[in-house]
Amino acid sequence: MPSRLFARPGRRIVTVAMLAAGLIAGAGSVWASKSDNTVRFAYDQAPESVDPYFNNVRIGVIIGANVWDTLVYRDSITNEYKGNLAKSWKQIDERTIEFDLREGVKFHNGEEFDADSVVYTLNFVADPANKVTTQANVNWIEKAVKVSKYKVRVITKKVFPAAIEYLAGPVVMHPAKYYAEVGPKGMNAKPVGTGPFKVTQYTPGKSIRLERNADYFKDSPKGTPKIAKLEIRFIPDRQTQMAEALAGGTDFIMHVPKDQAEQAAKVPHLQVVSGETMRIVFMQFDTLEATPTAALKDIRVRKAISHAINREAIVKNIVGAGSRVLNTQCFPSQFGCTDEGAPRYAYDPALAKKLLAEAGYANGFDTELYAYRERNQTEAMINDLKAVGIRAKLNFSQYAAMRDAVRSNKAPMTHQTWGSFSVNDVSASTPVYFTFEADDVTHDAAVRDMLLKGNNSVDPAVRKQAYQQALKHIADNAYSLPLWSLPVYYVASKELSFSAYPDEMVRFWEMSWK
Amino acid sequence: MHIYMLKRLGLAVLVALAVSMIAFGLLRLSGDPAIAIAGEGATQADIVLVRQTYGFDRPLPVQYAEWLGRTLRGDLGESIYFKTPAAPLILSKLQTTLVLGLLSLAFALVISVPLGVLAALYRNSWIDRLCLGLAVIGQALPNFFFALLLIMLFSIVLHWLPVSGSDSWQHFIMPTVALGYYAAPAFMRLIRAGMIEVLDADYIRTARAKGLPASTVIFKHALRNAVVPVVALTAVQLGYLLGGSVVVETIFALDGLGYLAYQSITFKDFPVMQSIVLLLSVIYVVLTLASDVANAWLDPRIRVA
Repeated sequence: MPSRLFARPGRRIVTVAMLAAGLIAGAGSVWASKSDNTVRFAYDQAPESVDPYFNNVRIGVIIGANVWDTLVYRDSITNEYKGNLAKSWKQIDERTIEFDLREGVKFHNGEEFDADSVVYTLNFVADPANKVTTQANVNWIEKAVKVSKYKVRVITKKVFPAAIEYLAGPVVMHPAKYYAEVGPKGMNAKPVGTGPFKVTQYTPGKSIRLERNADYFKDSPKGTPKIAKLEIRFIPDRQTQMAEALAGGTDFIMHVPKDQAEQAAKVPHLQVVSGETMRIVFMQFDTLEATPTAALKDIRVRKAISHAINREAIVKNIVGAGSRVLNTQCFPSQFGCTDEGAPRYAYDPALAKKLLAEAGYANGFDTELYAYRERNQTEAMINDLKAVGIRAKLNFSQYAAMRDAVRSNKAPMTHQTWGSFSVNDVSASTPVYFTFEADDVTHDAAVRDMLLKGNNSVDPAVRKQAYQQALKHIADNAYSLPLWSLPVYYVASKELSFSAYPDEMVRFWEMSWK
Repeated sequence: MHIYMLKRLGLAVLVALAVSMIAFGLLRLSGDPAIAIAGEGATQADIVLVRQTYGFDRPLPVQYAEWLGRTLRGDLGESIYFKTPAAPLILSKLQTTLVLGLLSLAFALVISVPLGVLAALYRNSWIDRLCLGLAVIGQALPNFFFALLLIMLFSIVLHWLPVSGSDSWQHFIMPTVALGYYAAPAFMRLIRAGMIEVLDADYIRTARAKGLPASTVIFKHALRNAVVPVVALTAVQLGYLLGGSVVVETIFALDGLGYLAYQSITFKDFPVMQSIVLLLSVIYVVLTLASDVANAWLDPRIRVA
């Protein structure tokens, strides 16, 4: 999340004025894109590399899915796994999956897709020496082995039930010969995939132009793209993005703040679509022996905090449409995520005060609340805490600094968010914070064991039961307070047809002009 | 003159060195770059690997000395974010920023010279008050705010100019105005003060007595003398405009050095950040030195002081 370096109250006023001006002026070149079947998309961050293995930003994931393909495809509505570059697959043993590959698929440079592409890509990215940026996406792979020209086996380091989910998400396939020749730097300079769009021009930090892959394989579950050309520009300033949308200079922007989206909805040539995302929000409590706020070691204090925050009101008034209150620390669609049996901490400030008094904090206590984004949400929670006597000082910083404070035991309470890298499995969320890894500030061995049991079994029933027990145990002990899911607001030309999905993936191959 | 120049040069080198040291220290104090580079979801082992790979585990003075040594040899290191050598990356963006800086300077002068002359000619009249009022507004209005107002008027309402980008000359119009107007008041006040002083001089009275046309008196005799201190200020203002381009380039998504600086701050790209800070401070120091030398050349009293 980039810092809002130049944020000033005055800018908000100008944005409101711009939106008002947009209402009066109407669209400029709105129809230009429709006539040449081009979509112009503005995003605030530029990826450090277009090679999906060497960036960790959302726009990188979006470009990755539009330019490259994966072995498996997860249906965006049913979450069902379908064949993509692989026609089918079967589990050989607990650590081995065998894939039958699709024949006749070509990369954008003409190179044929086959077992060599899979073997070279997976073995390259699994080697830590090659320094893939997000190791969590690939460090479960031991190796890939060629069985025949169109048959490969993927072997995991240990039992890894979420393997198919990763092979349907961040683990894309590169052309073996080209990648061996040019490496990640060359792939960034001239990207080559099998996906529905191919890169025609790329200026790092500035823009990337794509055009429809005319030879895209017809059996792809993504379908044939309808948009002919795509232009992605990196515009860091959100107000400028909105101005571009108002002036008709761009057809699609995302991550628009709620108040601006509500205003933009009134502009005749624009449409606003909001949708829930997989990014969950929760309050993390440091309950370790050396916690900076000793009160948090007391379960009654943690429960008091849980009852003190009016989550429903914050969701309704601040977070916005598409969000929902969560009762366990995972996203509901993730495999193994459930709030069955977990307590509901209803908003009850009187009960919160009573619990605090029982714990010996009748006059409340002083603490710090660390946060790095959605400051208005943090401030609302601070107000709720103040109402029951908890004086939480806001410590707002960049993500890296906040995470540093959590890991060095300096942050008693943290306003956290987690996107699970869009991986639809609990193994990508809850265990990050409760299995004695760096971000675990609870260290409950029982929770750890339950989560690891869920992570390390291939039996879905065993996994579900283990996760359910762990999530209930975390909620019973109020080790953290699950808050809500984050929505995302898209502002687009009214003439553009598109859908919003929880994984925040922009599926340009599905888009079309009305 | 030579001794004076040597003294100023020595001082300039020390200033550049001090700036590089402060920038290096402050950037490192702003957080652990290894955590930022490793990203969300990285394990402790990943972070340790990043720390060792980039040498962030060594003492700060060692890191600084190594960086300074490499920089003096022309090696600015590799961009952590874009994974390309920092020197060509920075140089590729420098042209846009220089063009923007020079255009803004030209715009500031085009605005300030006539207004300064008018204010001096009609001193204490409503014209003078209007010119001074414009100068006050110019300095009080932050350029990011003014930039958004320009976008609102010329892009959203009138559809005359593109909002952002750097592909055509039209893309430079609003950034030039947004950056240049802020520098204009300083020039305007200097020209007004200079003109007022010069217009009272004996040689101007003589020129008028000779029956020379008013335009000749004002532009050939008065302005030529009043503009001398502006030449010195121009060098300093150009340095300021290059530094000030960070905000303007970010708002207008102009693909220049300022935009790169913003990106490198966002992504904790230390080699690029350090190099940009150093480059801008060196440019500023060189321009200030040039301004000092120009002043000393024009006015020998400064050399003695």
